[in-house]
Amino acid sequence: MLKIDNLTAEIDGKQILNGLTLEVPAGEVHAIMGPNGAGKSTLAYVLGGRPGYEVTGGSVEFRGQDLLELDPHERASAGLFLGFQYPVEIPGVSNVQFLREALNAQRKGRGEEPLSGGEFLKLAREKAGLLKLDMEMLKRQVNVGFSGGEKKRAEMVQMGILDPAFAVLDETDSGLDIDALRVVGEGINTIMRQPDKGVLLITHYQRLLEVVRPDKVSVLAKGRIVRTGGPQLAQQLEDEGYDAVMADA
Amino acid sequence: MPDTATLPTRRDEAWRYADIDALERLGSDALETWKEIALAAGETRCHAMIVGGDTAELHRVRLTLEEGARAEMFTVIAGAASCRVEVEVRLAKGAHFEFGGATIGGGEAVREFVTSVDHAEPEGTSNQVVRAVHWGRASGNFLGTINVARDAQKTDAAQDFKGLLLEKGAAAHAVPQLEIFADDVKCAHGATVGQIDEMARYYMAARGIPPQLAKRLLVQAFLGDALVALEDADEQERLLKTALDALGGAV
Repeated sequence: MLKIDNLTAEIDGKQILNGLTLEVPAGEVHAIMGPNGAGKSTLAYVLGGRPGYEVTGGSVEFRGQDLLELDPHERASAGLFLGFQYPVEIPGVSNVQFLREALNAQRKGRGEEPLSGGEFLKLAREKAGLLKLDMEMLKRQVNVGFSGGEKKRAEMVQMGILDPAFAVLDETDSGLDIDALRVVGEGINTIMRQPDKGVLLITHYQRLLEVVRPDKVSVLAKGRIVRTGGPQLAQQLEDEGYDAVMADA
Repeated sequence: MPDTATLPTRRDEAWRYADIDALERLGSDALETWKEIALAAGETRCHAMIVGGDTAELHRVRLTLEEGARAEMFTVIAGAASCRVEVEVRLAKGAHFEFGGATIGGGEAVREFVTSVDHAEPEGTSNQVVRAVHWGRASGNFLGTINVARDAQKTDAAQDFKGLLLEKGAAAHAVPQLEIFADDVKCAHGATVGQIDEMARYYMAARGIPPQLAKRLLVQAFLGDALVALEDADEQERLLKTALDALGGAV
């Protein structure tokens, strides 16, 4: 589903990804762990097409398409969802308006009919309920005045509404208390644990992986994947630390 | 008095950023004409208007508010040519003036609001919110004067300007002027000029919203502050739509 081959990328002339190769087939949740500065967020942003993140080599194939050829909004229409580590505040735009515009823009990009206001609200209510997010919050401005936990829950509601084929979740667990972590983890399971979907789950900690059981775990260090294993690798990292595990690699 | 009218110059503070050539061509009559509106004690009036067109325009309104009166004025300047809206307000005891203004456009035009709010008596309140969105070599200006007379205690006046420049070469000028002769008053003013929040635009793109629509949503949110106090939802929609449609010419 997602096939990254020998990817190199830089920011401001500084090379961050150094020949990263990774494949995530449909039906798989693949966790990426790694020390600070390894390039985890850079990988997420490169996949999401953020301006300033320049790909200097390699390729990314997504559902048979050249992902790197697409503009950021086209990537979303193609089924890619990027969960932000720091969701962005947009004063003056309500969540409802933002998500309805987003969903209808994606539907248009796929040649589908737009949803009416009523249809959209019904969908939003259902997904908000799933993540125990008050519908009133969706009437508020995008992420403005939300706590860290609320922002991450709102990201999950967005994911539920947009219903992507593939999600790249960049430290969705950071800033969450234990209850919120469980809600978000179960949200990921409910929305994305399907045979035709895939997830790249970037995280620092084992905690989220106890709820969202990954099929595979890879360690990213110095801009490349240095080790891939089963879910037990996450536990090993937790017990022994990155240095010890990477020394084995 | 065709030949005796004094034409403004840029040395005059109130005309410093104006498109004087275009306004002069309107003739001295236009430069001498004021629309006078008087509100009786306790009267409330709200007026929403869209001005600006393919040729230069100058609009001058003088409002006199008696005790406890309330005047609300919402104006969008959205035409292609230069346009200047001047508003002079005199507030008697406990009167309120609400002003929401938006300038939007590109080209070389100058679109500006010049207000002078005279808190002549105690307990008057005023609130002015102006937003300017420009591109090309256009500029949007807000020259706002607030006078608080010596015995106009408990005056509460606020003035807020924000400029959003979509391209290098566009400009926004804010000139707040506060003259306060009373000692128990609140007068707040703020002015900022910035660009589109690129991270917000990227966040929208990451959710599937194409760049042009993202810009429209961000500009809509930006302009919203100037029209939020307009209670008539249809009028609010009409003004906002006109402003956003003008955005179609932006890059």
